[in-house]
Amino acid sequence: MSEIFGIPIQAFMGQLMLGLVNGSFYAMLSLGLAVIFGMLNIINFAHGALYMAGAMLAWMGLNYFGIGYWWSLLLAPLGVGIVGVIIERSMLQWLYKLDHLYGLLLTFGLALILEGLFRDLYGVSGLPYSIPEEFAGAYNLGFMFLPKYRAWVILASLLVCFATWFVIEKTPLGAYLRAATENPRLTQAFGINVPLMVMLTYGFGVALAGFAGVLAAPAMQVSPLMGSNLIIVVFAVVVIGGMGSILGSIVTGLGLGVIEGLTKVFYPEASSTVVFIIMAIVLLVRPAGLFGRER
Amino acid sequence: MKRKLIGTLVGAAAMSMAAGQAFAQKAPAVKLSGDMVKIGVLTDMSGVYSDLGGQGSVTAAQMAIDDFKAQAKPSWKIELVYADHQNKADVGSNKAREWYDTQGVDMITDALNSGVALAVSKVTLEKKRVLIDTGAASTRLTNEDCSPNTVHYVYDTYALANGPVSVMIKQGKDTWYFLTADYAFGHSLEKDATDVIKANGGKILGGVRHPLNASDFSSFLLQAQSSKAKVVALANAGGDTINSIKAANEFGLTKNQSVVGLLTTIIDIHAVGPQATQGMMFTEGFYWNLNAETREWSRRFFGKMKKMPSMLHAGTYSAVMTYLKAVQATGTDEADVVMKQLKATTINDMFAKGGKIREDGRMIHDMYLVEVKKPAESKEPWDYYHIRKVIPASEAFQPMSLSRCPLVKK
Repeated sequence: MSEIFGIPIQAFMGQLMLGLVNGSFYAMLSLGLAVIFGMLNIINFAHGALYMAGAMLAWMGLNYFGIGYWWSLLLAPLGVGIVGVIIERSMLQWLYKLDHLYGLLLTFGLALILEGLFRDLYGVSGLPYSIPEEFAGAYNLGFMFLPKYRAWVILASLLVCFATWFVIEKTPLGAYLRAATENPRLTQAFGINVPLMVMLTYGFGVALAGFAGVLAAPAMQVSPLMGSNLIIVVFAVVVIGGMGSILGSIVTGLGLGVIEGLTKVFYPEASSTVVFIIMAIVLLVRPAGLFGRER
Repeated sequence: MKRKLIGTLVGAAAMSMAAGQAFAQKAPAVKLSGDMVKIGVLTDMSGVYSDLGGQGSVTAAQMAIDDFKAQAKPSWKIELVYADHQNKADVGSNKAREWYDTQGVDMITDALNSGVALAVSKVTLEKKRVLIDTGAASTRLTNEDCSPNTVHYVYDTYALANGPVSVMIKQGKDTWYFLTADYAFGHSLEKDATDVIKANGGKILGGVRHPLNASDFSSFLLQAQSSKAKVVALANAGGDTINSIKAANEFGLTKNQSVVGLLTTIIDIHAVGPQATQGMMFTEGFYWNLNAETREWSRRFFGKMKKMPSMLHAGTYSAVMTYLKAVQATGTDEADVVMKQLKATTINDMFAKGGKIREDGRMIHDMYLVEVKKPAESKEPWDYYHIRKVIPASEAFQPMSLSRCPLVKK
């Protein structure tokens, strides 16, 4: 049988596919972070907690109100987005003019509070959320056994990422947004409601995290700690891609997912570290990140 | 009817006489340090193991104190304190030191997390108090690092590995693959299981070591799948075990291979749900639905915690009760005297029947090899296990002949 680096090509392809699944989560989460940082200059440390909140809302919807997976996919991000809007209006908006550090500390504190709240309510072992019936079973791809649900995760995240990129880079609304970031005063002078746009941007950014949370719920255990396990890696992805770069975060998210997946085959002990090694190298060679511009 | 009444009356009279006799034999006047017995529950209150121990252990210890007060009506005071060791050995040992030095704590219990347990055991020996560890897994506590002041009460990695391995190999499932958490506990579990597998004539086909708290296990499971081993053993705990089981189901691994959790508890099964865990086999030290006695206690526990107890919770209750009885019997809280009494006691309560504390500090009691029921077989919430085998105390734990504890005279 043909081999790559001593590993059968089938196993190799399988791992590539799985890497892509994880990469999809990284891409969606880092995209939200990039949008928020690019537009608001806020390093949103609460992102992981809001991702967890998305998954939790899906679970609560199902178990308390009988809301199924598909409605959750719509409603939970909406709920997380509303929470985001409240956070932005009541707290974040006072911090834009200050150093990045203040936004970071505030959102970090919020993350700890949110996690603590859910931990207190549900414990740390997490809650079961089963895979929707439509996706039970798996595709036999010849080289691997790909659960249908994982295939759906890749598809959904690519769609969402593309749509976000398209709206921000290619539509008039996106143009206003970018203008509002570049020069808020001038943009306001043209009659555009900048605070409203900023508020909606933050809401949308965290709704992306909520969406990723609902997508993750059936594949991983819904637990109060699921966000904090992931968020540090996602930050590394954002740094590698270039802070605030939309396309950069999508591409590096998927790419690092794949690299991490391959590390799990060749040297599994390093799979939690490899992303940070790459981050260190990228920072040395290109401090602004792979897709970032120096300001 | 009348006869029954007479029978009851005679019974009652006999019981009151027996009670009177017990009173007459009562231990000498109790002399205690600080005029009270103080018990400390040192556990993980908010981290990954807080469902396994945590507030549940504090509640169980309080239940033991309340029950002891009601039954024995001691003339002395009993106080309970608890603290979060955050799964850090230094935090745990500092807290233990503070408790022993300034708070007058006589006995520490729970102490889950092997790293913390080993550190606290050292402090306990230095300060001449008692540690009854109900939470840690490492066999080092009763081997290389055994101590005259430490009792290892509920389970250890040897007992966990021993149960399922021999049974599965007898069923012809003789090729194994490990999914191991890449830190001391995982390695120790893997080593103990490997020894048992080899001793039973099984073969290890390989293994993969994953980082602690890895959120995605699909890649590791794919490797386990392609190894074609008949059994995939999970040498991990808590959230890692839960996510491994979930992914094993999703990737269809459970169709052709058996998944064995080497440290799986009812808390994990409840978290994943019986749908995904049905048919899994592992060793437990306690099951709430074992008999009338365990059910009665567990339902009381459920009333307070809104969840059924883990083996740690039941063990903590039993440990505190046993300790208080030893203090009552000896009339002192001096560690040497109490330890001597503890090692002479046979423990009979809802947790252990005929439990004995050995010279090396290991409390031996029956363990249970359980299999998770199919969802249809489960009659009520938390009704998850078939008991497949009761492993007698003498076989469940590492035999004294293999002991590496310097306290054991050979």
